[in-house]
Amino acid sequence: MERDLELYYWLLLVRHFERRVERLHAKNQIVGSVYSGLGQEAIVVGCTYGLAREDVIFPLHRDLGAVLVKGVPQRLLMAQLLGKETGLSRGKEGFLHAGDLEQGVFGATSMLASTLPVACGFAFKFKVRRESRVAVAFFGEGASSRGDFHEAANFAGIHKLPVIFVCENNRYAYSTPLSATMAIDDLADRAAGYGFQGLTCNGNDLQDVLEHMERSLQRARDGAGPTLLECKTYRRLGHSDHDRASYRIKEEVPHWESRDPIRLWESYLQIKGYDLPKEKAALEERIKGEIDDAVRFAEECPEPKPEEALADLYATWTPGTPSIVAPESREQPSAEPGQEEAAPTLH
Amino acid sequence: MATVSYLQAIRDAMAEEMRRDPDVVVMGEDVAELGGAFLATEGLLAEFGAERVVDTPISESLLVGAGVGAAVAGLRPIVEMQFADFISCGFDQVVNMAATTRYRHGGRAKVPMVIRGPGGAGVHGSIFHSQDVEAWFTRVPGLKVLAPATAYDAKGLLKSAIRDDDPVIFLEHKRLYRRVKGELPDEDFTVPIGRAATRRRGGDLLVVTYGGALEWSLDAADRLAREAHVEAEVLDLRSLLPFDLEAVLEAVSRINRVLLVQEDRLTGGVMAEIAARIAEDAFDQLDAPIARVAAADTPTPFHPALEQFVLPSAEKIAARAQQLLAW
Repeated sequence: MERDLELYYWLLLVRHFERRVERLHAKNQIVGSVYSGLGQEAIVVGCTYGLAREDVIFPLHRDLGAVLVKGVPQRLLMAQLLGKETGLSRGKEGFLHAGDLEQGVFGATSMLASTLPVACGFAFKFKVRRESRVAVAFFGEGASSRGDFHEAANFAGIHKLPVIFVCENNRYAYSTPLSATMAIDDLADRAAGYGFQGLTCNGNDLQDVLEHMERSLQRARDGAGPTLLECKTYRRLGHSDHDRASYRIKEEVPHWESRDPIRLWESYLQIKGYDLPKEKAALEERIKGEIDDAVRFAEECPEPKPEEALADLYATWTPGTPSIVAPESREQPSAEPGQEEAAPTLH
Repeated sequence: MATVSYLQAIRDAMAEEMRRDPDVVVMGEDVAELGGAFLATEGLLAEFGAERVVDTPISESLLVGAGVGAAVAGLRPIVEMQFADFISCGFDQVVNMAATTRYRHGGRAKVPMVIRGPGGAGVHGSIFHSQDVEAWFTRVPGLKVLAPATAYDAKGLLKSAIRDDDPVIFLEHKRLYRRVKGELPDEDFTVPIGRAATRRRGGDLLVVTYGGALEWSLDAADRLAREAHVEAEVLDLRSLLPFDLEAVLEAVSRINRVLLVQEDRLTGGVMAEIAARIAEDAFDQLDAPIARVAAADTPTPFHPALEQFVLPSAEKIAARAQQLLAW
């Protein structure tokens, strides 16, 4: 498929997939909370599309789309969302806290920006092993108030790590507006304080996101260091499904709806001469089929056994079994009072 | 065999493991040029270079988080906390990130990292350089927690921790760094995680302890033998998560009076869990209530007299043992 249409496919897939997630949540097939990335699709698509499989992303709660674009199969992701045995965490966590390292996706915790130091650890390994790989960590302008952002950015700057910090500035940290979380206009300005480049782009314009991400990636792969890429956008729905977002300024909503990233991309396609209605119908039919298949697959997957809760805590020990981790047999205690045992060489 | 200090044993364990496995790296504050505030990493920069011995800014959360990332990506980082107390600044990354990564990823990730640092009181370090932090972590599933008390264990357990595929909190005791020495074999050895060691044999009283309280417990046992003709058995847990329940219960089945000794504060400490497990699994073996000796439930104060007042000692342990024997 041509690149323009492939990108269109991803935008549409992310939106339709999230919509289906909301419907499944409304029917209680997905428990817990769901977080919508509505209106932010250009960021997750634009920042993930150009990555190689070996690159690693660190998505947050509104970045389900990045997980799809990075290559996690829809069936697997849906099984994860439904908490099935076949899901990424085998029922132990919801969508955003599980990752798929096969596809280069590291799961987040709920402590926002906590993955930024982890991304630095990955990038450190890429750098010292001379691997041409990049770590891409997503976070919001709200999360940028946490110390983890500062500590990670500072470390990344010192070591010129191949890491890209993608800030989705959607103007609200839950209910708290931008003006109450930072005293500057552009979050990207903070990069200067850490000694690397900060870029600001229009997060609703896929073309703009792609161009800025391309520059950032090139820089990282060239060993020139990190980038703080601020994508300005707007959170179209509440923080999560239960938040009606009554605290927002009324005029904002239609303003940002008129700047919908998918409609923007569609205008671009029309200018480029594509037969938009035809392409859209074909892609939407394909997407519906794929999502139906993913849901059907996930619904048919077995539920995890309750005892699954006890699995996967340790690589080398199962709690509830004898505490000895190494397989050696018990050594004889020393009979000499006050002396260290004469321990044999073990292994 | 060579006589080696507890601190040298730790340094040797890291150097030997770094020679053995190129994936092992050391990260921390002042670990490179200076060789660490206690010189535990002295010489490593010269031998292994700046890509494997990395000075970091004063950023404990970054240190632990980057350790997790490097570990999942394929390295085996040893992260040094300059003082165990400072791990509090990286607490989120320890309990929410390091401990849960494997679980959240359905067993498809491993986190082979060691977080090591000096804890413990008795050197007038006062409130923020004296804490025994083990109980902050022994109830966090996903972590392993080790507290060696001998030079042999410091080396052998640290090697096991470095080779282990799970995140390990390795708590060194700063009071033992230079005081405690041991005859260590020249050849490579490890001490398995999860196994206690009997340090003294005796049939009248069982003392279960670990870390900085071991030498006090052994002193107390010697004193009891000398002054009261009582023979105490001393069991050193070494590994706090997992702990060697089998060894504890086996000892309780032979010796029916139990004294639990820790340097850490009393309430909610490691020995509270040991006491509960003995009470649950071996109540009918006991001839007296389980007794504990621990620090007072206060911060560790500055003035030597105050510090001594809150900390356990051989005298306090021996006195409590006499009460227990008279019960």
